[in-house]
Amino acid sequence: MNHLSLIIKREYLTKVKNRAFIIMTFLSPLIMVALISLVGYLSQLNNDKVRTISVLDESGLFANQFEDDDDLKFETLSAVSLEEAKKNTQESEVYGLLYIPNNKNIDTLAKSITFYSEDSPTISVINDIERAIRKKANSLKLEENDFDADEIAALRVDVATHLETFDGEETSELSSILRLAFGGIAGYLLFMFIIIYGNMIMRSVIEEKTSRIIEVIISSVKPIKLLLGKIIGTSLAGITQFAVWVILLGALSLAVTLIFGIDTSAMQAEQIQAAMQAGGGDMEDYITRAYLEFEKLPIANLIIMFLLFFIGGYLLYASLYAAIGAAVDSETDTQQFMVPILIPLILAVYVGVFTVIEDPHGTVSQVFSFIPLTSPVVMLMRIPFGVPLWQQILSVVILFATFMGTVWFASKIYRVGILMYGKKASYKEIIKWLKY
Amino acid sequence: MDNLLVANQVSKTYGSYRALNNISIEVPRGSIYGLLGPNGAGKTTFIRIINQITMPDTGSVLLDGEPLQPNHIQHIGYLPEERGLYKSMKVGEQALYLAQLKGLSKAEAKKRLQHWFERLEIGDWWNKKIQELSKGMAQKIQFVVTVLHEPKLLIFDEPFSGFDPINANLIKDEILKLRDNGATVIFSTHRMESVEEMCDHITLIHESNKILDGKLIDIKREFRSNTYEVGLVTPNKQAVANELKQHFELSPATFKTINDELQYNIKVSDGGANDLLAYLVNKGQVTHFVEVIPSANDIFIQAVKNH
Repeated sequence: MNHLSLIIKREYLTKVKNRAFIIMTFLSPLIMVALISLVGYLSQLNNDKVRTISVLDESGLFANQFEDDDDLKFETLSAVSLEEAKKNTQESEVYGLLYIPNNKNIDTLAKSITFYSEDSPTISVINDIERAIRKKANSLKLEENDFDADEIAALRVDVATHLETFDGEETSELSSILRLAFGGIAGYLLFMFIIIYGNMIMRSVIEEKTSRIIEVIISSVKPIKLLLGKIIGTSLAGITQFAVWVILLGALSLAVTLIFGIDTSAMQAEQIQAAMQAGGGDMEDYITRAYLEFEKLPIANLIIMFLLFFIGGYLLYASLYAAIGAAVDSETDTQQFMVPILIPLILAVYVGVFTVIEDPHGTVSQVFSFIPLTSPVVMLMRIPFGVPLWQQILSVVILFATFMGTVWFASKIYRVGILMYGKKASYKEIIKWLKY
Repeated sequence: MDNLLVANQVSKTYGSYRALNNISIEVPRGSIYGLLGPNGAGKTTFIRIINQITMPDTGSVLLDGEPLQPNHIQHIGYLPEERGLYKSMKVGEQALYLAQLKGLSKAEAKKRLQHWFERLEIGDWWNKKIQELSKGMAQKIQFVVTVLHEPKLLIFDEPFSGFDPINANLIKDEILKLRDNGATVIFSTHRMESVEEMCDHITLIHESNKILDGKLIDIKREFRSNTYEVGLVTPNKQAVANELKQHFELSPATFKTINDELQYNIKVSDGGANDLLAYLVNKGQVTHFVEVIPSANDIFIQAVKNH
């Protein structure tokens, strides 16, 4: 077996057999599911509480306008004064008192409604109340001006501009969002992976120095093979852990849903649905349209490029961590290097979100989609907008070449680090080392 | 071919510091070659050059007549002074890994390891982690790993540091055995007792320069001072002592004895030993007459001082 595969195997097995690693692999999903379930459980508790609101409507215009739902119940008071109503409400279990004064001018009325409660009401309660009032007030106002509310609703025009490229490819606003999401997810995944496993690679590179085995190893293998083996081995261990997490999280959340009946994903779906409705769209319709848009994306191209850029981007950042590990003697010296590594990645996400969406083929977008530290995110965001294949390939090649360059550079630092006893290496010296 | 390793005019500079200055040595095949020198003399740099961890600025190193190449590492076993093992790895796995890095197949490595572990009576350590072993135990593993691939050239940098006397002796015997089986050993140390016991050839490096090299016995001859340690039993000690002082260059000596005698180191001219002995026989009973042979330690100190 050659050196590289031996090293990869050792790095992988040492990581995977490490007790702390195993514990974290199985414990993290448990903790995550437990936390999400707890939050879900608590918010369900909250949701289960039905709030009752007393309504004192002196104008008489809002009778039957407030519909009870799961969270809110309305009871109408009549023939009581405001003072009495306030007193009664305060003494009873009722959440609050909505007071609508008697005023014939709708505009003035709409502004003089008051809600009394023990403490500040939640935003969702206020939204519910205001929505009901607004709806009624609007139709009252329309009636007052002799418009038919239903007719007006029917007359509302649904605007949907058709977008089409000169190649005949149809696009839409929605597809822009999809593209943004795609790049965003890629960037986020990369970010997470780097943060979780970057340190692990660095520690692994320092390992030989702290255990003082470095000279034995370095007299058997070349540093570049050692570093490459460490990066690949540790990454594979990371992928293993990540895969276990995904599987466990899936299984656990399924189990939790079945056993406790807490639907963690439903919470988000509800929120999305609420947002959709607020935006005036229909959920089902939206999903269908999203699916259609999704199908229009160059899926095969995207998946292949996603894999290439994800792997390349990860390896490049991993090699930077390896270079830090190569330059220092102990982990305590590494803190200062951590943040500068992540800055290009953050920059990439910013460029992606603010520039690529505005102008996917502008100079800034183009430049950043070739710079290796930012290309994994920026190019991935550009690809859905159509990037010539040669540009994609060029960017991938630059990315991987930079990765190899960084590893090579790191291995030089590594060798210098062992031999120089804290002295700085001259450029002439470094050039000499290249020969071996 | 007589020499396994030949270094020609090897120089190495770190920044402005000259670590090695035109060092040339010839290591005869099958010898135990002592690479001696005070701390910081350049021994480790030289060893690293042989191991291709670093390369010389000028000069060349030949192994078996060929300039050093990457595949030579499997013919070299190196036990560095700065040594350690992966702490969280099991002994057996670790030894297998390191042996495979040196080009052995897994099966072959396993076979040889079992043999060695049996011989050193450490077979039950196979599944222990290094961090569970004592320092001396870890050193034994390290030694086995160094020699496992049966290299032509073995390089030991301060091999006995960290060993108790029993294990140091064990390792010494193993090194001699390896030499008898045909390996050539380069042995870097500043512990002179072990040089005396083991080395056939030595090179002395001081402040980046070679100041002495050759067969240990030749060097000792070169450094001999024609001095004899003498014990003489005589009734009138004071008178004989005064007489000796007038005739010879002498200094007091002490050695263990059961007699009440005069003890001196007496220096004579070349070939004057018999004359001295004849003179002494006339003065009393000679109980002790030995040439003072310079120890490696004396040579070391003298050479460094003279330089």
